[in-house]
Amino acid sequence: MTYRNPPTTPRKSATFDDYTLSEIRRAAATGIYDIRGAGAKRKLPHFDDLLFLGASISRYPLEGYRERCDTSVVLGSRYAKKPIELKIPITIAGMSFGSLSGPAKEALGRGATLSGTSTTTGDGGMTEEERGHSKMLVYQYLPSRYGMNPRDLRRADAIEVVVGQGAKPGGGGMLLGQKISDRVAEMRTLPKGIDQRSASRHPDWTGPDDLEIKILELREITDWEKPIYVKVGGARPYYDTALAVKSGADVVVVDGMQGGTAATQEVFIENVGQPTLACIRPAVQALQDLGMHRKVQLIVSGGIRNGADVAKALALGVDAVSIGTAALVALGDNDPRWEAEYNELGTTAGAYDDWHEGRDPAGITTQDPELMKRVDPIAAGRRLANYLKVMTLEAQTIARACGKNSLHNLEPEDLVALTIEAAAMAGVPLAGTNWIPGKNGF
Amino acid sequence: MPATKLSKTAARDNASQVFDLDAMSLRELNQALHKLTPGSNETAWEVLNPKGSHSVAVGVDQPVTIDVRGSVGYYCGGMNDGAAITVHGSAGPGVGENMMSGSITIKGDASQYAGATGRGGLLVIEGNASSRCGISMKGIDIVVRGNIGHMSAFMAQSGNLVVLGDAGDALGDSIYEARLFVRGKVDSLGADCIAKEMRAEHLELLQGLLDRAGVTGVKPAEFKRYGSARTLYNFNIDNADAY
Repeated sequence: MTYRNPPTTPRKSATFDDYTLSEIRRAAATGIYDIRGAGAKRKLPHFDDLLFLGASISRYPLEGYRERCDTSVVLGSRYAKKPIELKIPITIAGMSFGSLSGPAKEALGRGATLSGTSTTTGDGGMTEEERGHSKMLVYQYLPSRYGMNPRDLRRADAIEVVVGQGAKPGGGGMLLGQKISDRVAEMRTLPKGIDQRSASRHPDWTGPDDLEIKILELREITDWEKPIYVKVGGARPYYDTALAVKSGADVVVVDGMQGGTAATQEVFIENVGQPTLACIRPAVQALQDLGMHRKVQLIVSGGIRNGADVAKALALGVDAVSIGTAALVALGDNDPRWEAEYNELGTTAGAYDDWHEGRDPAGITTQDPELMKRVDPIAAGRRLANYLKVMTLEAQTIARACGKNSLHNLEPEDLVALTIEAAAMAGVPLAGTNWIPGKNGF
Repeated sequence: MPATKLSKTAARDNASQVFDLDAMSLRELNQALHKLTPGSNETAWEVLNPKGSHSVAVGVDQPVTIDVRGSVGYYCGGMNDGAAITVHGSAGPGVGENMMSGSITIKGDASQYAGATGRGGLLVIEGNASSRCGISMKGIDIVVRGNIGHMSAFMAQSGNLVVLGDAGDALGDSIYEARLFVRGKVDSLGADCIAKEMRAEHLELLQGLLDRAGVTGVKPAEFKRYGSARTLYNFNIDNADAY
């Protein structure tokens, strides 16, 4: 009998993991960086790392189903003659027609309207589908200015000057040629079939002093009626918030790195910008330092999934949240019912993110007339409304348990953190301690 | 609006509406212009003492004439849709930005981003225009009698830019389907912008633009045409050095 040395178990590198190896092979084969949709997929400190304390001897709870817990919020009360009044503090984030199909945009409008909240245009102009089916529509003013015109500006209920987004602070967009239908091409004043770059910075202003003048122009054009939001990616939330306030914004929107994009380089999405959780307290602090907290409203987006996330964001000082990816999932994005087709595309339900390629089996991120038929805007709008209702009920449940008769009465003192990182970012104590990293010299 | 401040002055310009920005606010001016309806009798407006004000006569959507007596700041005539605006002075950045239709004439010089993202109408700059003239233009026609600065017609999508003088560096960088006509020298062309053959149809188009801008004594044949080589229209890694 011959002796054989015991073998070691084959060990894969944590550094060169399977995904990393596949990406190196893909890059070597194609010579092109990977472009995809959605936001950061890496594990990040997030709302899951926070817990509510609930009521106890020193705090008494409110009765569920009996005692009122207000969910409404007014956005744009600083300067606008006609602020937006939302029934729930959850809005639908900007997503473009072009990136999304017409029926998908209509469904977002229908769902938002059923829920008493707003939806937002995107980098492709305003469509009749979304204007017609959205009671409250926020019109994005983007660097590309695709489809921008004064008539739509006046038809909007609010204007969002987009400086950046969480998936790609400092980056522009790219809509690949295969998604440029005749209608998309016409709205963007570009030839059909070419790749359409969305500029990374505005063509006619740079810096906070120019932004102030640009906001003045938009107010003058719309007779000071519309709330004006300024949206920034989660880059420097303290200073960006302060500068947006200085520039005259009614509302500041801060989008963390989990916030989705239609199409951006993977390396950009995963390596530029800060997590949503890390953006909130600096943004709130900027508002408080300027004496503008609750006067200029703060919307935060990027990875909001449920009512607990909503409640946690509000407890940290946010006025409203915005959802994009979650709203698409409610419409039917990445639904396992299309698993066979996802497999044909080399992916699986839940992982599909090649939204820029226009072959979405769920019919949402496509301009293919056959695929987009899979979205019934009425049924999908209802699903979105259901989802928004559940999120709201969940947030109310938590708020009542914390003794709050309004979601906006939630406060940082209602929270603890499960990790030191989350405690430091959120500025709340590590669970079981009174330690807030970075505070009181520790 | 107080009648004492906005007066119909028959002595000047045949009953034009005279609006003195020393006496009234910018907001009052723009709101008065926005209240105009089709068929309004108030078709001639005169703005006094602009003194570099920003956003003068923005978002006007009726075919009125507006004479601004002096220089203006940022975004004069922004999103203009039908008015004929004349600035009897110079204009700050972004004059005529996103214009839809109508015309804007600057008697003096214009600062950066003149006609940015404009979709229609005619912008005439009788002096020089600074950098990024016609940036991201989407259908507007721009005629500059003097020179234009660097990075002009950057990502220009559609429309015509006519320059009687010289153009600065990186003209037409990443240009799409806009047409550029330059009579003088071009310091350098941007990525994917090339000189193109001036065919009969272009000479005819250019003559029409010069006529509309009131330019005389200049022949279309004196210009060179520039436009997109269309090599960057679909991403190709082998073009990476061009970006």
